[in-house]
This record gives sequence, C-alpha cells and structure tokens, in this order.
Amino acid sequence: MWQKYSSRLPASCNKETISEPNRKMIKFFLMVNKQGQTRLSRYYEHVEIHKRTMLEAEVIKNCLSRSREQCSFIEYKDFKLVYRQYAALFIVVGISETENEMAVYELIHNFVEVLDRYFSRVSELDIMFNLDRVHIILDEMVLNGCIVETNKNRILAPLFVLDKMAES
Amino acid sequence: MSDVVERTLSALPGLLGQHDLGAGPGGGPGRFSATSRLGGLIRSITALSSKHEEEKLIQQEQTNLKATVSAPTTTLRLMKECMVRLIYCEMLGYESSFGYIHAIKLAQQGNLLEKRVGYLAVSLFLHENHELLLLLVNTVVKDLQSTNLVEVCMALTVVSQIFPREMIPAVLPLIEDKLQHSKEIIRRKAVQALYKFYLIAPNQVQHIHDKFRKALCDRDVGVMAASLHVYLQMIKKNASGYKDLTESFVTILKQVVGGKLPIDFNYHSVPAPWLQIQLLRILGLLGKDDPRTSELMYGVLDESLRRAEINHNITYAILFECVQTIYTICPKSDLLEKAAKCIGKFVLSPKINLKYLGLKALTYVIQQDPNLALQHQMTIIECLDHPDPIIKRETLELLYRITNGQNVTVIVEKMLDYLRQSKEEYTIINLTGKIAELAEKYAPDNGWFIQTMNAVFSVGGDVMHPDIPNNFLRLLAEGFDDEKEDEQLRLYAVQSYLSLLEEEDTFYPQKFLQVMSWVLGEYSYLTNDGDPEVTITRLHRLLKQTFVTSETKAWIMTAITKMSSRLSCSKTVDKLIQEFSTSLDTCIRQYAFELKHLCENKELMKKLLPLDASCDEIMVDASLSFLDGFVAEGLSCGAAPYKPHHQRQEEKLSQEKALNFEPYGLSFTSSMSSSGFTGRQSPAGLSLGSDMSGNSAEIGQKETNCLKLDGVRKLWGKEGYLPKKENKTGKEDKTQPVPLDSILIGHVVDPPLMQSEQQVVSLSEEEKEKQQLASTLFVGLGSNSTMSLMGRADTINQKLKKKSKISESQNSEEASSFQNIATLPFSPLPDTTPNNKENFQGNEHLGLRKVSLSPSEVLETSVSFDTSQSLTEAGLDEKLSNCRLSTSSLFADRNIEVFQPPQNVPDIVASKAPLSLCLPEELAGHPHSEIVELCSCDILTVYSCKVWTDDCSLLVLFVANNSTSPLKTVNLVFESTEHFKIFESLSYHFPVIEAQSIERCQKCVQLEKVCTEGILSGSISYHLDTDTHLEFSLTFSLSDFIRPMKITTEDFGRLWLSFSNDVKQNINMSPSQGSLSIALNALKQKLKLHIVEIIGNEGIAACQLLPSIPCLLHCRTHARTLALWFRSSCSALPDSLLYQCQKMMAES
Repeated sequence: MWQKYSSRLPASCNKETISEPNRKMIKFFLMVNKQGQTRLSRYYEHVEIHKRTMLEAEVIKNCLSRSREQCSFIEYKDFKLVYRQYAALFIVVGISETENEMAVYELIHNFVEVLDRYFSRVSELDIMFNLDRVHIILDEMVLNGCIVETNKNRILAPLFVLDKMAES
Repeated sequence: MSDVVERTLSALPGLLGQHDLGAGPGGGPGRFSATSRLGGLIRSITALSSKHEEEKLIQQEQTNLKATVSAPTTTLRLMKECMVRLIYCEMLGYESSFGYIHAIKLAQQGNLLEKRVGYLAVSLFLHENHELLLLLVNTVVKDLQSTNLVEVCMALTVVSQIFPREMIPAVLPLIEDKLQHSKEIIRRKAVQALYKFYLIAPNQVQHIHDKFRKALCDRDVGVMAASLHVYLQMIKKNASGYKDLTESFVTILKQVVGGKLPIDFNYHSVPAPWLQIQLLRILGLLGKDDPRTSELMYGVLDESLRRAEINHNITYAILFECVQTIYTICPKSDLLEKAAKCIGKFVLSPKINLKYLGLKALTYVIQQDPNLALQHQMTIIECLDHPDPIIKRETLELLYRITNGQNVTVIVEKMLDYLRQSKEEYTIINLTGKIAELAEKYAPDNGWFIQTMNAVFSVGGDVMHPDIPNNFLRLLAEGFDDEKEDEQLRLYAVQSYLSLLEEEDTFYPQKFLQVMSWVLGEYSYLTNDGDPEVTITRLHRLLKQTFVTSETKAWIMTAITKMSSRLSCSKTVDKLIQEFSTSLDTCIRQYAFELKHLCENKELMKKLLPLDASCDEIMVDASLSFLDGFVAEGLSCGAAPYKPHHQRQEEKLSQEKALNFEPYGLSFTSSMSSSGFTGRQSPAGLSLGSDMSGNSAEIGQKETNCLKLDGVRKLWGKEGYLPKKENKTGKEDKTQPVPLDSILIGHVVDPPLMQSEQQVVSLSEEEKEKQQLASTLFVGLGSNSTMSLMGRADTINQKLKKKSKISESQNSEEASSFQNIATLPFSPLPDTTPNNKENFQGNEHLGLRKVSLSPSEVLETSVSFDTSQSLTEAGLDEKLSNCRLSTSSLFADRNIEVFQPPQNVPDIVASKAPLSLCLPEELAGHPHSEIVELCSCDILTVYSCKVWTDDCSLLVLFVANNSTSPLKTVNLVFESTEHFKIFESLSYHFPVIEAQSIERCQKCVQLEKVCTEGILSGSISYHLDTDTHLEFSLTFSLSDFIRPMKITTEDFGRLWLSFSNDVKQNINMSPSQGSLSIALNALKQKLKLHIVEIIGNEGIAACQLLPSIPCLLHCRTHARTLALWFRSSCSALPDSLLYQCQKMMAES
C-alpha cells in the first residue's frame, strides 16, 4: 500500500546546481527596435531557433516595460539582461550572474562608438543594410562569450583590410 | 551619445531613395544598396505589419533563395548576398537549413569578404555538434596554411567560435605554430582559438600550458590580454597551480593602471578598463584564503582604488570589481575601509545603476562584515520601497543574507509581499526556496512557522522546488528532540489545515493539498475536539472537486484510509467506497477497493497502518529469497535462466554483426553466455560462475536498491536522508558565518542603533516608521544586542534544528573547521581581521576585547605570531628583490615586454638525500623512486620516496632530526584533496625523534579521482621551545597508480566488449620509435602496461588503475602513425592514459 506513492514523491534533487566551469559570461547579444523587430542577434550558447524568437520577444517586452528612471539591469530567469537604448533601437546583452553589469553596459556603448566610427554617424539603416559587417565587428569584440578586444583601432582593422581589398 | 542612432524607421522611405547610390565614407562599397535583392528584402521587412505577413514574405524569400543557391550559375558575389538574406531569415526565426551547406561552400571557395561572410554564416547557422561542421575542417586547415594573413585571421576566428571537438588534432599543430607568428593579431587569435580548445577539450591542450605562459609575457598587449581568458578559466579550476604567476598579474595591472599602455587602449581616458577588470578577477581567485598571495596584491589594489576617480560609468565598473576582489582575498584593514567607503558612495548615489551596483556589492560584502549593513540601514529601507522592482529584489537578496532569529519575521514578511506581487516563475521558485529556508532555520514559534509555510505553499504552488514540501513533511515527521514540542507543531498544523479546508470552493495548489492530506492522515488524531468524521468529510469534498488532479486524489485517498483505520465504522467512508468503486479513474477505483477490503478486516488494517509510525523502518527482504522456490521450480520445468538486460543486449548485438570491424569481438561470442560475465563495472566478475544462484543474487541486489530507495517509510527514515542533511548544514555554515567576531564587536562599537534611537524624537511620522522598520530589520547585527543574541541564539536557532545525530555532526564539523583555521600557518593576526579596524572608534574598549578572546585563541595566535613572522619576512625579502629585478627593466619602450614569470619553478628543489637513508628491506625489493628532499629547516629535514608495489603506491617519508636534542611530538598531516586518498588516516604522529636520527613513516596512497597529475600537500609540525610548522608538497602522476594487468588474449576480448568508454587517437611516430613492438615496449616500461599479444602491426596491452580499474589498449601501426584505442570501465581513465602516452611518445 505504501509503496504505491513512492514513485510520486519527487526524488531529492540537488538544489545547488553549481554552474559549470564553461558557462559563458555573455550569453547573447541582441539589437531589437521598439517595434520588437530583431536587427541583429548573436548567441554564444546554443539556443534552438524557435526558442530564440520567443526569448527575443520576451526580452524586448521586459525592456520596453521599463522607464528611463529605472535601472538598466534586469534579472531574467537565471541570468541578467543589460540593456541600453539608442533612439528606437535597444541593444540587449544577456549575461551570467557573476558578470560585472556595469562593464557590459559600457561594452555596449563601446560597440556603438565603434559602429559610429565605421559608419560615421550610424543609424538603424546602416545596421540593417550591413548586417554582415556589423557581425564582423561584433566578432572582433566578443568571442565565445568573452570580451576579447575593446581597442577601436584593432577592432576595425580587419574589416578595413577587407573593404580595401574588395574595392581594388 | 544616445542620439547616435538618430535616423529612425520613420525616416525610412526617404532614406532608401537617397542612399541608393551613395557609398558611405567608412562603409566600403555600397553603404545602402536598396536596388539589390537584399535591399528589397529589407524594405519589405520594415514594411511588415503582422506576423502573418512576415511568414508569407519569408516563405517566398526562402523559395527564391533555394532556387538561387542551388543554381550552378550563381556567382560567389551573389552567393554572398544570398547568405546575408539567409541570415535575415534565420534571425527572424525561420529555419533555412537548405542553405547551410552553401555557407560552407562559400567559405571554401569565396574570396576574402565572400569567404568571411561564408564563415560568418556557418558560425551563425551551425551549433557545436552539427554534423556539417566536419566539412568545414578542410577549409580551415587550408586557410590556416594560407600566405594571406586575412585568410589566416578568418580561419582562426571561426575556430575560436565553433569547431568540432574530435577534429582538434587536425588543426592543433598549425595553430600552435601561429603562436610564434610575427603579427600580433595572428598570435592573439591563435591564443583565442586555443582558449576555445581548452574549453571544449582541456586534455588536448595540456601540453601547451608553457606556451600560454609565453603568451602572457608577449610584447603585445592584445596577446597578453587574450591569454588572460585562459588563465581565468584555469585558475578557477585550480588556483593553487598558478600562485607563482601572481606577481606577473600584479605587475601587469600596475602597468595598466599606471597608464603605460598605448593611448588607443583607453576608453573615455581610462586605460583598458575591461583588461583591468579581468586582472582584478584573476587576483581575487588567487588571493582567496591565501594570506601570502594576498599580501602581494594589496599595493596594486590600493592604487586601482586611488586611480579610479574619474566620474564615469566605466570607473565604477572597475571600482566594483576592485571592491569584490578586496573582500574576496585575505582582508587588510585599510583596504577594507576604503572599499567600504566606495560601497557607501555607490549606495547613496542618485544614479539608479550605481545604486544597484552598490546593493550588489553590499550583498556580497555583508557576509564578511554585517556592520556595513548597519551603516546603510536607512538607504536599504528606502530601497525596499523603491519603485523599481529590480532594486527591491536586490534589496531582498541582501536582507536574506543578514537574516537572524530576531529579524526573521520582518524580513520574511517583506519577501512574501514581493512574492505575492511577482508573476515571474523563476522569481517565485527562487524566493519560495529562500523563505522556506529562513523559516526552517529561524522560526520563532510554531504558529509563525506553519503560517509562513502555508503562505509559501499557496503562492509557490506547483512551481516551487519539490524539496520544499518534502523537507517540510520530513521535519514534521522526524520532529526534534522534544517530543512535546513536536506534538504541538503537528497539532498546530492539523488545526490550521482543518480551518483552511473549512471553507468550500477555495482553490489551493496541488502540492499544498498533498501536504495537507498527508499531515491530516498522519496526525489528525492529535486533535481531541475535532470529530474524525468531519475531517474525512472535508477530504471527501475535495475528492469531488474538478481542480484536484488524480495524483492529489491518491494522496487524499491514502489519508482517508489512514484515518478510517482508527474508526470502528464511518458513514462517510462507506459512502465514499460506494461512490468510487465505480469511478472511471482506475487508480482511484483501486484505492476504493483496497479501502473496502481493509475496512472488512480492522485487525489487519490497524497492523498495517500503525499510529505515528511514519519514521519507522520497514523490513524488506532484499534478496527476494521468498521467490527462490518459485525460481527453482521454473528452472526444473526447463525455463531458461535469467540474464541481465545488458548481457542479453550484447548477445543480440554480437549475433547481428555479420562483418565485425572491431577487434577481438567475434571469437568470444559463444563463450559469453556460458561464462556469465556480468556487469561492465566489475572486471573481477570474470571468474563468476553462471549458475542460477549467482544470477539471482545479483538481481536480488539490484532490486534491493530500488526497493530501499523507493519505500515511503524509508524516505522519511532517519538514515536515508542523512547525507543530504549534512550538505545542508554545511551550507548553513557558509551562509551564516559563525558570529564569533560579533561577540567581540559587541563590546567595542558604539552601537549605531542607539544613535538612531536618540534621533527619533525630531523625526516625522513617516521617518519614524522607517526607523522602526530599521530597528526591527537590523536587530542583532553586530551591535550591542549581539551579546544577548548570542545568549539566546542557541535556543532560537535550535528550535527547528533536526535531531541529535545531525547537530552532533555539525558541531564536530564546526569544531574541526575551527581547528583548521587555528592551525593555519600564517593565519591573519588579530589586528588585521576584517571587522576590527572599523570598530575601533572606541579605543578605550580595547582591553575588553582581549578579555573576551577565548583562551585557546589567544594561545594560538600568539604562538603563530612568533614563528610565522620570521618566515614571512624571509619570504618577503626574497620576493621584493625579485620584484625590483623584474620591474626595473620594464617598459623600456612602452611595450609590455620584459616581465618574466618564473617558468614552472618546481615546488621542491630535488636535492639528493644523504646516503644513510635507505628503504626497509621489505620495500627495497620493489621498484621505487629516488629519495629526495621534500622540505627542511635547521631542525629537521623531510625526505620522500615513492614505492610502487603490486597492489598499492606507498609514500615513504623520512624525517631526520638534524638538531642535537630529541624532538618530541612530531606530527605529520596531509591535506585532503579530491584526487588522492590516503589510507588509514591523513596524519602520522612520531612520539619522539632522537637527536641526529631518522624516523620513517609510510602511507598508502590511492587515486580517488582520475587525473593526469595532482599535487599532494601536507605539513609537519614539531615542538622545540616553540611550535614550528613546515609545509611540503609532492606531485603524483597517473602512472604512479598504474600497474600491469596480466590477462590472456581471451580475457582481453571478453573485457574489451564489456567496456563502453573508449578513446581513439592517432599519434605520429618518429623514425626512432620504429616498429610497433619498440613503441609498445617503450610504453610498457614507462606506463607499466602488460603486453598481452602482438601480431604483425597490431598489438594489445592491458593495465589497471589501483586498486582494480582495468584499462585496455589496442594499437595498430600504419605507415608512421600509431593508432591507439583505449577502453575502460572508468570514463576518465582512457583520456588521461592517452594523454600520458602522447606525452611519452613526444618525449622519447
């Protein structure tokens, strides 16, 4: 009689699932506009494609619901979102609990400054029409979920070489 | 800067026209080319107004793309455009897998930008384990060898993003070469690629750790910065292995902070901020619990704090990291003071982001220094009512860390308030867990505890962690030491649930209902006034509710069954039986029938369902011996004997194989069934007979496990849960640092609380409220109330602690950890402990503080002061001179160039031991290492020798007394590590060592967790005038624990099939290694393998990891390559052995 319920009682699970050593500091990098349209997405941890759209929708909903007086960091599930708004465009970065939010907040700005230098006064349109180049720039800055380069000259150097070669 | 993206979508149509032809200044060819198809796609995407339209548009686009990419006439240029369009489709969430292969092709065939886009598309489309990724390997190899640097760069970038693990050997040598490349960007990207390899296959890059060191001292900042990622990971895993690099990291940080980097590394005139943050993080990991290493970094941390003064976000980010590091490493009072000031600035800042950062820092710091919370109590109260829920949430996190027996009610109430408003599932799970934990730990009384848990169950509902109801029920069932208390708690729970169920049609979550029904079923007899009939009626009513799931109904039925065993007859029960005997739910029907039959035999029912026996053990016939007769009968009737599942499967597999490509499979299939070799795990099982009883015993054992784990009563039993409880108590210790210090503080500090109370008079009503809240929240935090808290803490905290056994073990744990702290060689002297400096405003109380030190502590600290001081000084002098040497020549031309971390300095300088040392006769016959000196001082010297006997690895330590007087009570203690196990005990005691004589001790060492190399450290202490303490460490490698396994080819074949963990690898042989037999013999000698047989160019060998984990090796030579194939029952062993082999082959 007693044993019948045994299977129903949930087995004790380990509450402290210690984060694996290989967990990425930066999980994803998104550019979404106010209308909720994704302008750029790069995932550093694999996410199924249909889950991405759901995640992006939720993320932008979260960002839009906040006013300018509220802080730019959001706790979301088991990680954090750091976002920054430029005109109608939101740049949102998903990071692990242990990452330094302010450092990522400024990383976003550094990224925008790099884009601004490359496109000289960047706009949402620049990003849309040059999606490949924006990705190339981002790849120079963030790789594998780590910040790998923040020096603007060095970030842009490979792309300038490519552009020059394509011209000639 | 927020106006950077000015032109928004509203301006889109106009812009599309304007920019048709214009090429942007920096944008390369065609900034917007709206006339192209890409332009068309973008235009239509921006014009979309509904999801449906988007779907239609993308579908059409995909059809077009499919045609274009597969058309043979498509140019690479067009293909590149198609890829960008595909990226768009995927970005919008429409899988376009038809294009993946074309992305790979484009990377292969394209030129520069096309190639780059090809690689980009691959990295966006594919995931780590995608099968198409293998097709990329050739392209990568080709590009890595290209003379065009741009192509090399691209290949390296893609490798560091995504690369199939099993193909690493194909590119590894090429990438290693790139570490010496003349261009910094290539070196930098090579390090990044190796970092990727380190993440996905650490064993494969073990041999290049030296090269990482070189990268760390590269003359280019970028290369050095790239290597920091590798180091951060490696140090996270094993901080002790990299302590020697601390000085290098410190020097680098000093240079960065000092502005020695080229100007373009500045961000808003702060030099390389992200690099600084990375370095601070590394320093924190290195300095944790290590006073000597921490000592090295105090200077640079101080400088970092000082330099980060500019008012900009990025300096706050650095400051935040700095504060974390300062509070992670061993404390230094003036740094702590500065860090605390810094946190204060953050918390008080009007900028919301800074406030958040401040709260986060405070939450981190508060565990070490609860007094900081007192300083900022009013700010914390304000944050608790902050309009931004994120700030509120972070504040609750902070309060959770400072909860104690006195403020628990207020804090839990605040948490429940927040919980009721939040809808996010993750938050609910997280918060309910915390509330339940606090309630269990600090509950002031029964009523509060039950009420709080009721709230948790109603809000947490079915999303909360299943441990919460489980722990709660266990707590009720097992009770505490006081039987009366237990009964009162149970009674309170029963009454509370009865009143909750009184109201009809109220909704409760399933989990809550389950908890209620279990408690009512077990303990409703405790209420004298309530009629059991009423309880049963209430439960009966629930059974008819539609929102109650059938799982919950099963719980309710059981509760009713238990209760009815205590009634002679009940109308409701009869009605219930009648009602549910015809239920469509078969499960419920079954229960109804069982109940009916039980009711007919009350005697049996009472025996089956005894009162309050949920904690009693049930005897289970684990061997299922009562079935023996049945089995024997079956066998005599010609039934086939039972074979375990995996054996059946193997047989089936081997029969299916017509052509066997695996070695040694075929010839043994026939013998398999008769030999009855069972269990992949046990090679010892080789000799097991296949008779029926053997088999049935094994089944019996397996069944036992299941039964034991599953039995309900066992679940609530005392022993089954013990390991978990211990874990928990361990955690408690951590989150609630033993407030030893706070006793001391109690005397010293002028309590802020008192101050605030004096101010109350002149405050407004609202302020008063806040003050009141503050005094309830921060009560018992390091102020004068601590004394009373400590006095009462025991009674309060113990209230809900589990039974004696656990608390005993906890006590002993605490005691031992205390001892550990006390015996640390360079334990922080009392004056530098974290809290003190700040609390010394009232200096006149100093005397008091001393008095309150416990006698043992006084003794310990004074002793360690004397002896350790001289040692540290000596060490420091040495280090200082090193520093001077290396820094003087630094940055001759503003490049990081010259600092050299000590290259792999071994811990011990192996010097030959005196000749008088020799092994005892019984050991001298075995193979053994040289006797080397481990550590020494004027008084004594320790030598070590490893002896490899057949069945164990012995570590023989000789302790020589160099002095002229006998040494008494010499103690040898090994530190426990996860990798090694030392037999009998971790310590050894020499009662006396005569002058000028040598004593010996031997310990058997076993490898607990497979690793290629590990460090065993320990210390020796003796008493001569004063206590002295010497530390030593020695390295054990995997090969120390490997022994040959002498088996026959036949056994080999059998074992081979039974192992599932295998690793294959091809190794290049140098010409000198020549034939297979030479290579194998070399491996045999170094690795202690047993060569089973060699036939032509194939050979097999076997070895075992002590005590008896077998590992088999099959190797085959082909041209110049040696194909190694390991199999073992242990998953980590093949990998590590392979690594040893590789190393060996590379060496010879």
